[in-house]
Amino acid sequence: MLGNWHQLWVIASNPDNVPVVALIVLVPFFTWFGLRQAKANDRLIEKLEKDPELARTHHRKTQPYHASWQKEVHVWPYLLRIELLAAIVVTVILLVWALTINAPLEELANATITMNPAKAPWYFLGLQEMLEYFDPWIAGVLMPTFIILGLMAIPFIDENPLGNGYYTYKQRRFAIWTFIAGFEGMWLVLTLIGTFIRGPGFMWFWPTQTWDPDRIEFLTTRNLDQIFGINGKWLAHILPASQQPYAELWAKGLFGIIPVGLYFIFAAWMFYKIITSTPFSRRIFSRMSLLQVVVMELLLVVMLALPITFFMRNLLRIKYVWETPWFNL
Amino acid sequence: MAEENRAKGEVGLAGEDDGRIHDLKDWVQVKFHEQVEELKRPEDTQLYKAFFRVGRIDEPRNRALHTLNNLFLHIHPTKVNRDAVRYSYTWGMGGISFYLFLVLFFTGVMLMFYYHPSEIQAYRDILDIQNSVPFGLQLRNIHRWAAHLMIIAVWLHMFRVFLTGSYKRPRQFNWCIGVMLLVFTMLLSFTGYLLPDDQLGFWAVTVGTNMARATPLIGHEGPFGPQLGMTAYNDVRFALLGGSIVGSNALLRAYIWHCIALPAMISVFFGVHFWRVRKDGGISGPSPVMLESEMHE
Ligand code: HEM
Repeated sequence: MLGNWHQLWVIASNPDNVPVVALIVLVPFFTWFGLRQAKANDRLIEKLEKDPELARTHHRKTQPYHASWQKEVHVWPYLLRIELLAAIVVTVILLVWALTINAPLEELANATITMNPAKAPWYFLGLQEMLEYFDPWIAGVLMPTFIILGLMAIPFIDENPLGNGYYTYKQRRFAIWTFIAGFEGMWLVLTLIGTFIRGPGFMWFWPTQTWDPDRIEFLTTRNLDQIFGINGKWLAHILPASQQPYAELWAKGLFGIIPVGLYFIFAAWMFYKIITSTPFSRRIFSRMSLLQVVVMELLLVVMLALPITFFMRNLLRIKYVWETPWFNL
Repeated sequence: MAEENRAKGEVGLAGEDDGRIHDLKDWVQVKFHEQVEELKRPEDTQLYKAFFRVGRIDEPRNRALHTLNNLFLHIHPTKVNRDAVRYSYTWGMGGISFYLFLVLFFTGVMLMFYYHPSEIQAYRDILDIQNSVPFGLQLRNIHRWAAHLMIIAVWLHMFRVFLTGSYKRPRQFNWCIGVMLLVFTMLLSFTGYLLPDDQLGFWAVTVGTNMARATPLIGHEGPFGPQLGMTAYNDVRFALLGGSIVGSNALLRAYIWHCIALPAMISVFFGVHFWRVRKDGGISGPSPVMLESEMHE
């Protein structure tokens, strides 16, 4: 079953997956590239914090410096030549890419022949993967809205004035961890799963495991209320007669509030602990308004719900924790 | 030149006195040398000055004016932070995104010459582009790969803006503009996906727009959608597709979004984005590090 390396190669060399393969190289590289500069700055910051005298006179950059150098250079030619160079490099990359790999063109669109797997383009595979874990309106509408508004909210909830205009890690630990967790730990990982692991029927195939379109997957997931044996039997005794037939629905709906509520409380509390864990982070926290704290907590708790749901579904085989007639979580 | 020659007593030159040419060979020789000298200094030619509006660039003032006086360059300041032109700070990803947009615009217009947004015909046009149009295959390839590359570049650009804290005061708003650019970039790619009218695009768009059914309130399978009277024939998905299935209307709509509406919108946001980079004081850094001990409450 495993060991189908040829198939892995076929997936990786699928023209439309080339960008995903490129990302596997580019994102780690740029993470390293950015954090390396952050480290250099952090060393400088540490040195200057220890030596106020030096801090007063130092030019405070890690780039080469000479007192007689002008602070600014002319755009023409110093910036424009770089732009020209970048344009040429990009053009060359594009030309080589366009000469060696052809854009895919499948058969004529046909509504009666389903593509299997029917996948979104790679940059939306993160969303499609979420669709596996959440109801469509959550994965397809709510989550994207949260991502977009959450990104836009970042400048307005990050009250840390340090690290504005230079790479640093130590001055912005929490911010950097959060962003990398979201961008790389979630979005890119989901994209990779969507590309390399989801096979026919969007079923889960380990890398090198043959994509067998006839594989049958037994529904092994259960809902949390099933695990707890919630069936509304004893709730039926206290419900008014008109609601008796709906006892199970009522029980499940009410039961689900517990884990979801507990999660919200616990996750919010945990994030509160993290963002107030050091004297510095407490200083930042005290600068934040109530609205900022609430919005940040909400965004963080919702964000964390994604990996948690992911592990519950894939490891614990739990499907929903909260079932209601209108939505499931 | 002519002066010198006259001083040497040579005769028969292009006569300044009577405007007639006496010795053609001499005249050509002298004029030829003059011309060569002139071409060695193209910045002093009329043509150059007419084009760039200023003379030689070895004067600082003219260098600045070059940038300032040029419609395409004036989005730049005349001078920038000397360390900002290092690749290490910006990774050049914003500029590369924009360059890729220009490539896409150009190749996109070329593709439009050969493409009809109607079912079946669209697919045939793509085959035609690939097989009969000179360099059509490469044209389509460049358009496709530039679109992918642009998404990567935009993601990385956002990543570097985040890592350098460049969204902080006073650049908060420009970050938001940036997020809109990100959304538009991805939507542009997505709407383009359907246009070849092949299986790949058809099913991707089917999957994508099926999600729209589930939109709360305005989707016919979304929470409270049916209660508000939503059906497959009047909900948001219907509006996106111009019908209840991915068909010819959907193709036309994707085409119009892809070739007109979204490019127009993203261009406006580009303008604002670049304008704000300037107005917010140019690129954010690399600026001198700030110390925790200097932070005011
Ligand atoms: C098509 C998309 C985009 C294009 C063409 C673009 C272009 C640019 C360019 C050319 C710059 C100048 C500096 C540089 O190259 O890094 C810039 C700066 C900036 N961009 Fe973008 N951008 C795009 C998307 C975004 C996104 C997605 C974000 C954030 C979510 C963003 C936020 C910013 C900010 C805050 C700055 C100022 C950075 C600083 O001063 O250091 N942009 N953009």
